[in-house]
Amino acid sequence: MDSVLALFSDYTFQTVALGSALLGLISGVLGSFAVLRKQSLLGDGVSHSALPGVVMAFVLLGSKNTEVLLLGALLSGLLATLLIVGVVRHTRVKFDSALALVMSVFFGLGLVLLTYVQKIPNSNQAGLKRFIFGQASTLLQRDIVLMTICGLILLALVLLFWKEFKLFTFDADFAQSLGFSPKKLNLLLSFMIVLAIIIGLQTVGVILMSAMLITPAVAARQWTNKLWVMVTLSALLGAVSGIAGTAASSLVPKLPTGPAIVVCVSLIVIVSVLFSPGRGVLHRIYQQRKNRILYRLEGGGTDAPTS
Amino acid sequence: MEKQQKYAVEVEDLTVAYDAKPVLWDIDLKIPKGQLMAVVGPNGAGKTTLIKAMLGLLKPVTGAVRFLDGSGDIRTLKNRIGYVPQSGSVDWDFPATVQDVVLMGCYGKLGWVRRPRKSDLELTKQTLQKVGMQDYATRQISQLSGGQQQRVFLARALAQEAEVYFMDEPFKGVDAQTERAIVTLLKDLKEQGKTVVVVHHDLQTVPDYFDWVTLINLRVVASGPVKEVFHEENLKKTYHSAGALLRSVV
Repeated sequence: MDSVLALFSDYTFQTVALGSALLGLISGVLGSFAVLRKQSLLGDGVSHSALPGVVMAFVLLGSKNTEVLLLGALLSGLLATLLIVGVVRHTRVKFDSALALVMSVFFGLGLVLLTYVQKIPNSNQAGLKRFIFGQASTLLQRDIVLMTICGLILLALVLLFWKEFKLFTFDADFAQSLGFSPKKLNLLLSFMIVLAIIIGLQTVGVILMSAMLITPAVAARQWTNKLWVMVTLSALLGAVSGIAGTAASSLVPKLPTGPAIVVCVSLIVIVSVLFSPGRGVLHRIYQQRKNRILYRLEGGGTDAPTS
Repeated sequence: MEKQQKYAVEVEDLTVAYDAKPVLWDIDLKIPKGQLMAVVGPNGAGKTTLIKAMLGLLKPVTGAVRFLDGSGDIRTLKNRIGYVPQSGSVDWDFPATVQDVVLMGCYGKLGWVRRPRKSDLELTKQTLQKVGMQDYATRQISQLSGGQQQRVFLARALAQEAEVYFMDEPFKGVDAQTERAIVTLLKDLKEQGKTVVVVHHDLQTVPDYFDWVTLINLRVVASGPVKEVFHEENLKKTYHSAGALLRSVV
């Protein structure tokens, strides 16, 4: 217990936990829309596609500043999104194929660039590899400030366009018939999801980031049938996982923070899928059994003759 | 009699293509105000495409669609045009209640960013009553039957308080009782002077339900009052060519 108390008063822990909580919160909110739009994999595509941007930013600008590297990630993530949207719109390639295509090309390019950069003197200290699996311990106070600003902007946009996002996510054709351009809304929402992903890269890395986006939303969906409850709960679950994962990795030696957060959020989703009332697996089994008993007691007579 | 015929919808030289393949060819259509019109044709005739193109949801290759005596196109008159999509076009497992969905009908008048007001909620309640779903307002939409889904979409369109309605197969998958309820609703709309365009596939009921009909099969075969154009010869023309097409493919 003492160690936990000591931990929570530790400055580094506070910084990292706050960062992880913020990340969980933001990705929880935007992940809800990604999940409901059945674009869960978009997060995976964007985060993987951010890697070449990180490396290119370092190569071209020679800076190791997180802001600069994340700016590169943002540009490359946006470019990938536009490519995916463009391929879907202008060719007959379907969304999932376009996504897999763009994602693997970008990630491959990122790895090639990374190998190349490793050979440049002075590059080892750049810590570019931290973006692959994430390294939460490198979070500084300015990173937190950056995350807070981005988070506030994103939350404000979600609140502002709540009605439009809800309508567009449920029925894009009807939204268009009312004069809400699905093209614009799709672009705005996609950009917002990209931004949410980018600010999480430093903490959980490009490979696990999509888990942060999708998992809290999937878990939250299990417990509610209201959109605003789902989004709020998803944000909460994301934030709690962020803090719990950080605590776990601080208490257990050599346990990396990003993966620990993802494990926490995965536990939550497993519990939710199994035990939630209404949508849970156990509930469904219980209902089936109840129906079988009911049938045995009250049904089961011979059918009326048909011929 | 038709000295000053007023038109709710005028379609001129409309051609729509998916990729390079035309699915609607040179459609000319005039729908008079205050009519219940059925759009009839075989599968793949372009019925849904036609109403989607009229609503501006699909970009036509050529052609123009004007509404309400040519006073404007879909962009300027969107708040006076209502739409009931096929109920299968959305995921009913979306986290929303019946009331939430019907409220969406009010979004068009509100425009960007503005929130629904109390009067919108009131309107939602009224329209739910009109489709006989007032007891389901707080029901989760995933728990609705096919007929109830159709009624919810109709209520949402009524909440638009439009003058011209486009409905894509509102009778699909509904039981006899719901079908009667929808027909009553359509006649009510007509009595209020609204124009309703309905994609329909049950030829038997066309004369009972509608007073105007358009027969299409990639082109308009015939369009006019049911009494005048809904006869065997036109039906043969509409459905026969599809049969011929199928035979030529097989």
